[in-house]
Amino acid sequence: MEQSQRIKVAILGTGNIGTDLMYKILRDPGHLELALFAGIDPQSEGIARARALGIPTSTEGITAVLADPEIKLVFDATSAKAHVRHAKLLREAGKIAIDLTPAARGPYVVPPVNLGAHLDKDNVNLITCGGQATIPLVYAVSRVTPVRYAEIVSTVASRSAGPGTRQNIDEFTFTTARGLEALGGAEQGKAIIILNPAEPPIIMTNTIYVIPAGDFDEGAVLASISQMVAEVQRYVPGYRLKAEPVIDRRFTPWGERPVIAMLLEVEGAGDFLPPYAGNLDIMTSAAKRVGELFAQHLLGVRAEVLA
Amino acid sequence: MKAPRLTDTTLRDGSHAMSHQFTREQVAAITQALDEAGVPVIEVTHGDGLAGSSIQYGFSGTNELDLIATAREHATRAKIAALLIPGIGTRKELREAVAAGVQVVRIATHCTEADISEQHFGLAKELGLETVGFLMMAHMRPPEFLAEQAKLMESYGADCVYIVDSAGAMLPQDAFARVKALKDALTIQVGFHAHNNLGLAIGNTLAALEAGADQIDGCLRGFGAGAGNAATELLAAVLDRLGINPGLDVFKLMDAAEYIVAPIMPYQPFPDRDAITIGYAGVYSTFLLHARHIAAEFGLDPRELLVELGRRQAVAGQEDWILDVAVDLARRKGQPSAAQPTPAVAPEGGSA
Repeated sequence: MEQSQRIKVAILGTGNIGTDLMYKILRDPGHLELALFAGIDPQSEGIARARALGIPTSTEGITAVLADPEIKLVFDATSAKAHVRHAKLLREAGKIAIDLTPAARGPYVVPPVNLGAHLDKDNVNLITCGGQATIPLVYAVSRVTPVRYAEIVSTVASRSAGPGTRQNIDEFTFTTARGLEALGGAEQGKAIIILNPAEPPIIMTNTIYVIPAGDFDEGAVLASISQMVAEVQRYVPGYRLKAEPVIDRRFTPWGERPVIAMLLEVEGAGDFLPPYAGNLDIMTSAAKRVGELFAQHLLGVRAEVLA
Repeated sequence: MKAPRLTDTTLRDGSHAMSHQFTREQVAAITQALDEAGVPVIEVTHGDGLAGSSIQYGFSGTNELDLIATAREHATRAKIAALLIPGIGTRKELREAVAAGVQVVRIATHCTEADISEQHFGLAKELGLETVGFLMMAHMRPPEFLAEQAKLMESYGADCVYIVDSAGAMLPQDAFARVKALKDALTIQVGFHAHNNLGLAIGNTLAALEAGADQIDGCLRGFGAGAGNAATELLAAVLDRLGINPGLDVFKLMDAAEYIVAPIMPYQPFPDRDAITIGYAGVYSTFLLHARHIAAEFGLDPRELLVELGRRQAVAGQEDWILDVAVDLARRKGQPSAAQPTPAVAPEGGSA
């Protein structure tokens, strides 16, 4: 691919997420050219790795990103607090922000669910790891039959939950539940997160329970689910159901109802973060996918059909 | 040994055994009886804490905020407590619970994850609550490790930290060593919460008292998850005989257990085959009814499920892994992986 057919991008934040995203873009750049890897910590391992790989780096953070007018897309993997400030500056500079923090200044996006509707925005937010993992499957049901209630349980390895997640665990619960409603299409959403310290670390698992509002065509729902799994696998190869969805009648506040239970495992690609950390991998994979589709949109190439 | 403070958790831990179907009338009667018998703290919440009502753990028959408000109305001396498990409940539900009448919050994490509770302790203190930290599944880590986790909770604002034997897997020396490690490391109070899966709930509580525990837990008739907890009326009798009765009316508690709680219990928790397996394999006591239900659906022995869950180091709240393990075991045995539809999980609970 010609250099001119690529969009220059920057990664802001040189921690685990930023570094994993860097490796993902380098491994398969598509229409992205990583022009800058910027943070504020000169001691960061990520900066050292980027330098060794010959990627332009800066420890001036957002200032360095703003200084380069060629950079059109910015992945923000800093913190919610920092992103609130970055969002304004990036907007003023005419750059598109792909926000991996919980700041949510722009609309929530999950690539196969609603990204097509937001390619004209200057800021999009990736919700949470649990949201990226589970919303596609709730949407897979709600596009076939109305969903009264969706509940997800994300279980992640303790080692993959950093201080940001630990100090703000309520934000995971709120934001994921809102995403299940706004994007998943559930009338009511509920999210639970569990950290499991087992050694060796467990792969991220998600249990997704969906209660349809009325009678539904089981075959159509199951087909929609398996199509969606294939769709997510295009950008997260380790995304898989551990078994066929189980449909079981249960006691619920809406009477005895069939509940669709899906057991989802997300194994990371191991680009930088270990494979068990599927929760982090799905964020960087989704970010890269969003970046790629924005780049195609900016270049006017429609290489792929969008959701 | 000194007289401990007793928290009765029939209306929280017992909620598991009730499949979360306590009614306002039951809460009123039990609260009133405990209050009259001198129990100073009464815990009322869904078994999995605030916002526990879910498919994962079972939906509440009555909104827990209504149950909390009912308890508060019927308590003249006792404080009302609620459980909060970060990752399930949030600060939003804590505020709602305080508005409904909660005065003590018990904030529970897996025993390695104390650092997810900082924001909840912070809000609780801001709201003027008494705070208790709960280190769940504490049999899984050694005493010194637990002391470090407890210190985190102390730094966030806990007034007391409990060693919680969620799996009922400890032997008396385990309970003693863990409580002792916390007593040595903390300047705040230390508590102990027992389960009876190995028949040691009273014995372990006594070992905890020997190690200096300031607070202990009980349930009338031992009515709680797994084989239940230390029976409140039994603790009262034993503490009285030890000469450290903190002001409990032993006969009134026996009457409450006999005439109020026993008649509404769907079953008497007991260290039966499956409950012993929970203690033996070291898994969360709450898995009992869920494992029985899923084992029946998949044609498995509940013990196979429980032992495998122990091997996978499942922690509190991982009820969804029971289905996961059942699917795997059934597949290994060459049975169909999808369960046949079965009747709803009966709200009245287990089959024991």
